[in-house]
Amino acid sequence: MDKLNLELYKKLYLVRRAEEEIIKCYFDDEMKTPMHMSMGEEAIAVGICHALKDDDQVFGTYRSHAIYLAKTGDVEDFFAEIYGKDTALLKGKGGSMHLCSPDNGFMGSSAIVASAIPVAVGAAFANKMAGNGRIVTVFFGDGAIDEGVFWESLNAACLWKLPVIFVCEDNELAVHTPKSLRHGYRSISSIVADFNCRVFKEESTDVETIYRLAEKAIGAVRGSGGPCFLDLRYYRYLEHVGVSEDFKSGYRSREEFEKWRKKDPVEQQRKKLIKKRIKEEELDKIEDGIAERLINSMKAAQSAPFPGAGEIEKEVL
Amino acid sequence: MGGSRKISYCKAINEALIQEMERDPRVFTYGIGVPDHKRIFGSTDGLVERFGPERCFDTPLSEDAMTGFGLGAAINGLRPIHVHMRVDFMLLAMNQLANMVSSYRYASAGELSVPMVIRAIIGRGWGQSFQHSKTMHSCFAHIPGLRVVMPTTPAEAKGMLIASIREDSPVIFIEHRWLYYAEDEVPEEPFTLPLEKAAVLRPGKDITIVATSWMNIEALEAADILNKRHGVSAEIVNARAIAPLDDGVIVDSARKTGHCIVADNDWLHCGFSAEIAARVSEKCFGSLKSPVSRIGFAPAPCPCTRPLENCFYPSAVNIIKTAEKTLKLKEADLSEEVFYSYEHKFKGPF
Ligand SMILES: Cc1ncc(C[n+]2csc(CCOP(=O)(O)OP(=O)(O)O)c2C)c(N)n1
Ligand SMILES: [Mg+2]
Repeated sequence: MDKLNLELYKKLYLVRRAEEEIIKCYFDDEMKTPMHMSMGEEAIAVGICHALKDDDQVFGTYRSHAIYLAKTGDVEDFFAEIYGKDTALLKGKGGSMHLCSPDNGFMGSSAIVASAIPVAVGAAFANKMAGNGRIVTVFFGDGAIDEGVFWESLNAACLWKLPVIFVCEDNELAVHTPKSLRHGYRSISSIVADFNCRVFKEESTDVETIYRLAEKAIGAVRGSGGPCFLDLRYYRYLEHVGVSEDFKSGYRSREEFEKWRKKDPVEQQRKKLIKKRIKEEELDKIEDGIAERLINSMKAAQSAPFPGAGEIEKEVL
Repeated sequence: MGGSRKISYCKAINEALIQEMERDPRVFTYGIGVPDHKRIFGSTDGLVERFGPERCFDTPLSEDAMTGFGLGAAINGLRPIHVHMRVDFMLLAMNQLANMVSSYRYASAGELSVPMVIRAIIGRGWGQSFQHSKTMHSCFAHIPGLRVVMPTTPAEAKGMLIASIREDSPVIFIEHRWLYYAEDEVPEEPFTLPLEKAAVLRPGKDITIVATSWMNIEALEAADILNKRHGVSAEIVNARAIAPLDDGVIVDSARKTGHCIVADNDWLHCGFSAEIAARVSEKCFGSLKSPVSRIGFAPAPCPCTRPLENCFYPSAVNIIKTAEKTLKLKEADLSEEVFYSYEHKFKGPF
C-alpha cells in the first residue's frame, strides 16, 4: 500500500469536506465571520504542510482554512472559532480570517495583505539564532507580491540567509482583478531567481507532486540555510469572500473553472489511490470516519457557549 | 434650478463623483477594485463607462506607492481621488500621508498644492474583527496638513465630497459602511458644504450629544427614547468635520444646554472625543452643569464573535444610560425598544 499517498488523501479530504460542511450551514447565519474559502488550493496546502515537521512554523492569510487544517491536525478548535465560541483558543475573537494555533506551529494569519510576510522572516531569524532547525513557511497570494513589504522581506531574507519558505499561491486574481492589470513584468519566478533564493515553479494540482517539491525546497533551506520561493498555481473555485460560485458576475468564465475541475486535487488523488489498488470500500470507510469527526466537532461548536462579556478586555496587554 | 429627491448615501457619493468628473477633466478616481463589478459597494458605479480607464482605474495592491503617486499627480495639476475599501488598508500608506502628503505645501512655500481626496470606508459588524473595523480619524486628525471629514447624511456625503474635490489641500473623507443604505433628500445640482464646521442634526435644549459618523444614528435613536421616556430634549451636534475643526456650533450648544456627551465612533483614549471634551471644558467652563462624558469603542481590538462585538461597539443604549446619569434621571426600562444592528440597519430619512 502507498502509505504516503493515502495520508495525503486523508488530509485533502478533511480540508475539502470541512469546507463543504461550512457551505451547508453558512446560510443558517450562525458563523458570523467572513469566509475566504480554500477550495481549489488543497494540493498546495496539504502537499507543503505534510512535508513540514510538527514544530516547523506556518503563517497564513485570511484564506487559511486549508493550511490551518493541514498543518495542525485540529478540527475541534477550528469550528469552535468560526462559530465564535468560548471553547476555542481565541474564544471567537479572531474568526475565520484570524486562525491561530501556536502549539501546532500555526503562528497566525493576517487579513491585511502581505502583512505576515516580514513577520515570518523575523520568526525565521529567531529560529536561526536559536539553532533549533525549524523552518518557517509563509503562504500568500499573487496580490501580496504587489506590496512593497513583500520585496523588502524577500531581500532581507536573502541577504541574511534565513530559513524561510515563501509560498505564493497564485490564483491569478486579487479579489476580481487579474494579474494582467496589476503586474508590469512577465514572471515573478525569474525576478526572484535573481535574488539569492532558490525558486520552484509548479502548476500541478497533484498533491504528491507538490509534496515532492516541498521536500526539495525544505532540503534546500536546511542545506544552505537560505530562503526558497515557491511559485504555485491554482484556481479559486468560489467567490473571493463568501461560499458561493460567482461565474455569472462576468470577470471570469465557468469554462475555465471546468478545465481546472477536471484535475481537481481531491478527486484526482482518490482516483490515483484506486489505481494503486486501494479498495473503494476502504476509502469510503476512511472518508466516513473523517466526516464523522468533522460533523461531531461542528455540532459541539454549535452547542458550545459564547464567551462572557468580561472576555473582551482580556489578552489586550 | 433643479430640485431634490430622496437618494441613498452611496448614490449621493456616486453622484458627486460623476458631477465633479464631468465638470473638471483633471479629476480622476483610482484604487484597488474601483472599476470591478462590485464598484466599491456601488459608489463608483458608471465611472469607468463614462470617463474611461484613464480616469477610473484599478491599481496593484500598493497602498503606500499609490498614495505617493496621487501626491505626485496632484502637485502636477491633476485632482486625484484615491479609494480604500477599508481604512485599515490605508494604514500601509501612513508614511506617505504623515511624511509627504501632509507637508508638501509647507515644504514648497505654498507653491505646490495637494488637491487630493482619499476616500476611506470604515466598517462594522458581522465578524469583521480587528483588521477591518478601525476608524482612525483621530490619528489622521492629529497630523497638521491633512483635512479629515466624516459625513453622516446623504446630503453631507454629496456636498462635502464635492467641496473636498474642489479643495486645494488633501482631504481624508471617511464613510461608514452602514450609512450607505440611509436615504434622504439630496439636491440634484452640484453643491458644497463647509469642511470645517459641525452641524446641528436635531435641535434640543436639555443636553448636547456630539456625535461622529454612525454614532449620529445611535444618538437620534437615543434622543427619541430620552424624549419619550423622560421628556428630555436632546440636541445632537453632528461633528462631521474632524480636522481642522471650527468648534463654534459645539460650544454654543454645550453652553446652551450645560450638559455634553461625546459619542465617538472610535476608541476614547487620546481620541477625537478627548479633543471635544477638552474644548468644551475650556470654552464652556462657567456654563457646564456636569462634567463632559465620553462614549466610544471598548479599549480592545475589535473581536469577531457577535456577543463580544456587541460589547465592543457603543450604541443608543450607552447614550441613554449616560444621559440618565448626567441628568440624574431614573433608569428607563429599555427591554421593549428595538435598536439598530447589522441586520436591522438604519434606512433613513433623517
Ligand atoms: C493591504 C491590503 N490591501 C487591500 C486589502 C483588500 N483585499 C483583501 S484580499 C485582497 C486580494 C488579495 O489577493 P491575493 O493576495 O492574490 O490573495 P487571494 O485572495 O487570491 O488568495 C484584497 C485587495 C487588504 N486586505 N489588505
Ligand atoms: Mg490571488
